[in-house]
Amino acid sequence: MNVVSHEDKSATEPQSKEEPIITARNVDVFYADKQALNGITLDIPANKVTSLIGPSGCGKTTFLRCINRMNDLIDICKVTGEIKIGGQDIYDEKVDVVSLRAQIGMVFQKPNPFPKSIFENVAYGPRIHRLVKTKGELNDVVERSLSKAGLLEEVKDRLDEPGTGLSGGQQQRLCIARAIAVEPKVILMDEPCSALDPIATAKIEELIDELRENYTIVIVTHSMQQAARVSQQTAFFHMGNLVEAGVTEQIFTTPQDPRTESYITGRIG
Amino acid sequence: MTDFTKQSPGLKRRHAAEIRFQWYGRSAIFIALGFLFLMVGSITMNGIGAFTQTKLALEIPLTSEHISVDDLEGANYDALVKLALRNTFPDVTKRRDKRKLYGLVSPYASFQLKDQVLADPTLVGKTTKIWFTASDYVDMYIKGNIDISRDEKTRKLNNAQIGWIDAIQKQGNLEKVFNSAFFLGGDSREPELAGILSAFMGSALSLSVCFLLSFPIGIFAAIYLEEFAPKNRWSGFIEININNLAAVPSIVFGLLGLAIFLNFFGLPRSSPLVGGMVLSLMTLPTIIIASRASLRAVPPSIREAALGIGASPVQAAFHHVVPLALPGMLTGAIIGMARALGDTAPLLMIGMVAFIVDIPTGILDKATALPVQIFLWADSPERAFQEKTSAAILVLLVFLVLMNLVAIILRRKFEQRF
Ligand SMILES: Nc1ncnc2c1ncn2[C@@H]1O[C@H](COP(=O)(O)OP(=O)(O)OP(=O)(O)O)[C@@H](O)[C@H]1O
Ligand SMILES: [Mg+2]
Repeated sequence: MNVVSHEDKSATEPQSKEEPIITARNVDVFYADKQALNGITLDIPANKVTSLIGPSGCGKTTFLRCINRMNDLIDICKVTGEIKIGGQDIYDEKVDVVSLRAQIGMVFQKPNPFPKSIFENVAYGPRIHRLVKTKGELNDVVERSLSKAGLLEEVKDRLDEPGTGLSGGQQQRLCIARAIAVEPKVILMDEPCSALDPIATAKIEELIDELRENYTIVIVTHSMQQAARVSQQTAFFHMGNLVEAGVTEQIFTTPQDPRTESYITGRIG
Repeated sequence: MTDFTKQSPGLKRRHAAEIRFQWYGRSAIFIALGFLFLMVGSITMNGIGAFTQTKLALEIPLTSEHISVDDLEGANYDALVKLALRNTFPDVTKRRDKRKLYGLVSPYASFQLKDQVLADPTLVGKTTKIWFTASDYVDMYIKGNIDISRDEKTRKLNNAQIGWIDAIQKQGNLEKVFNSAFFLGGDSREPELAGILSAFMGSALSLSVCFLLSFPIGIFAAIYLEEFAPKNRWSGFIEININNLAAVPSIVFGLLGLAIFLNFFGLPRSSPLVGGMVLSLMTLPTIIIASRASLRAVPPSIREAALGIGASPVQAAFHHVVPLALPGMLTGAIIGMARALGDTAPLLMIGMVAFIVDIPTGILDKATALPVQIFLWADSPERAFQEKTSAAILVLLVFLVLMNLVAIILRRKFEQRF
């Protein structure tokens, strides 16, 4: 590795002026002996969309999964450094991962609805977190979440059909509905549109834009256009380093680092 | 334009290889099915006779000179049966011939008579026709299993006896009926009375104990090992040991049961409880391995989905992963139980090889099991027991098929939920 991001001024200093909700400081991630992230320092502002871009294998997913401690599930994965959400260190011993994950929702790269009914898919979260008291309230939550995810119109007559029977794009929106049903503060999305056609993609992008009002969103994407369209802040990863992060327009118009420039103009990737 | 109908020599070879392979497969299946039919067919041919039984009727003089209404218990029923036989064939006078004559009915005929009279005392006072189980030789003769062309001295029925049987048959006092005693009776020294029910109950009770012990323990062990246990040297060690246990010959588990359950804990010998415990030692590894495999087959994305919205690991496992893996777990359990049902060796070690006449009703009663019963009957010299052996095998096979059927139904039922 010839690139050391600690030396990058743009990466070490907090990028945005307003109070960030997520702050990562010197995050290193190792898969067994192999280092996947080198000292990532990044601020993620509240109620904005932050996109993580970079060539395949550069560690975007790895970083995203650090934020809700999904990497705990991988035995060989070790995370060091500090990640704070709302001022609280999420790798602190006292933190309950279950409660953390309830507040940091995640949408995975591949749609993964439960092999249960559409209704059950959305109702599962509120039910286990006891967010609702009555069946009526549960129905309301399910309906509201599906409608926020832009799926209600398409599925309202067949809520008891299996979620796995939907199309890929519908499944992905179902997963988004499932994530927002538990009212998280932050939603992490790992290439949510990678399996979708342009129309479904447009729907989800529209949805992300609406969700921004109430949630903080971090999205991994391979599409420069998508990053430019949906995000207010962009972070560019390269070979485990955070090369550059800042306001999206700035990154795309006047990148500071030559690597960023060659990536967004399509020369590396 | 290229010609898509043209085949290069290489492509022709590939097609030929494919056709050849299909034929290999078909002949393999054909051979396997052929052996299966051969086996089931020959067992059925041998055993089907045991489902019928020869009965013969005698005119029993239940008159006041032989039996009094006040003392039904004390009457000499044996003498009555013998008298009836003598009355039927008055010209038999020699002692040796009389003994041969008495041998036509089962030695238990006097008990059958007593039971009937006690059940219906109004029979007393008149001469009544009563049906008795014929002795096993008569039964064999009627079923055509005695070769009458052979020298009289080398067969079990002499010419005189055959003459009597034919005479009774001519009078219409001999019948082949459904052998309910085989299904409702316990084991007996007399083949014509020996039944499968005691062994069947023994097997059913042992298997219930085995299932109740090994299924929950097995799936919980599998769920823990697969979903929760840290993957380190210890879990690797445990995994290797479980795999090895699955390959241990069953008789070793029998010895273990003998040493621990009987000698150390002092549990009752020959009981379905101990039998079931020993069998569950044997089935546990199978269930654990099969359950782990079916848990592993559940895509990790399901776990991530559940954990990602804040389900605890236990919730993720029991709400999502286990229901998906349950059909596979059930299949594993049934395979293990089927093996347990057919296994004899460990039961021999813990004394379930006893001669059991009474039908066990609880897990602490003395019992035997179907495969042990088959083993015992196969060992008996009487021709009639050979028939019983095959019939018992048929019962065992039917039991197995039913178990598999239940497994399939359960699997369907659980799969439908998704
Ligand atoms: N479970 C794992 N075990 C070992 N190494 C891993 C694991 N997951 C990721 N890695 C390694 O970590 C590095 C970063 O992977 P990551 O999945 O974060 O990349 P990414 O930026 O999301 O790539 P893509 O855009 O292709 O999804 C890669 O070199 C990868 O090989
Ligand atoms: Mg990725």
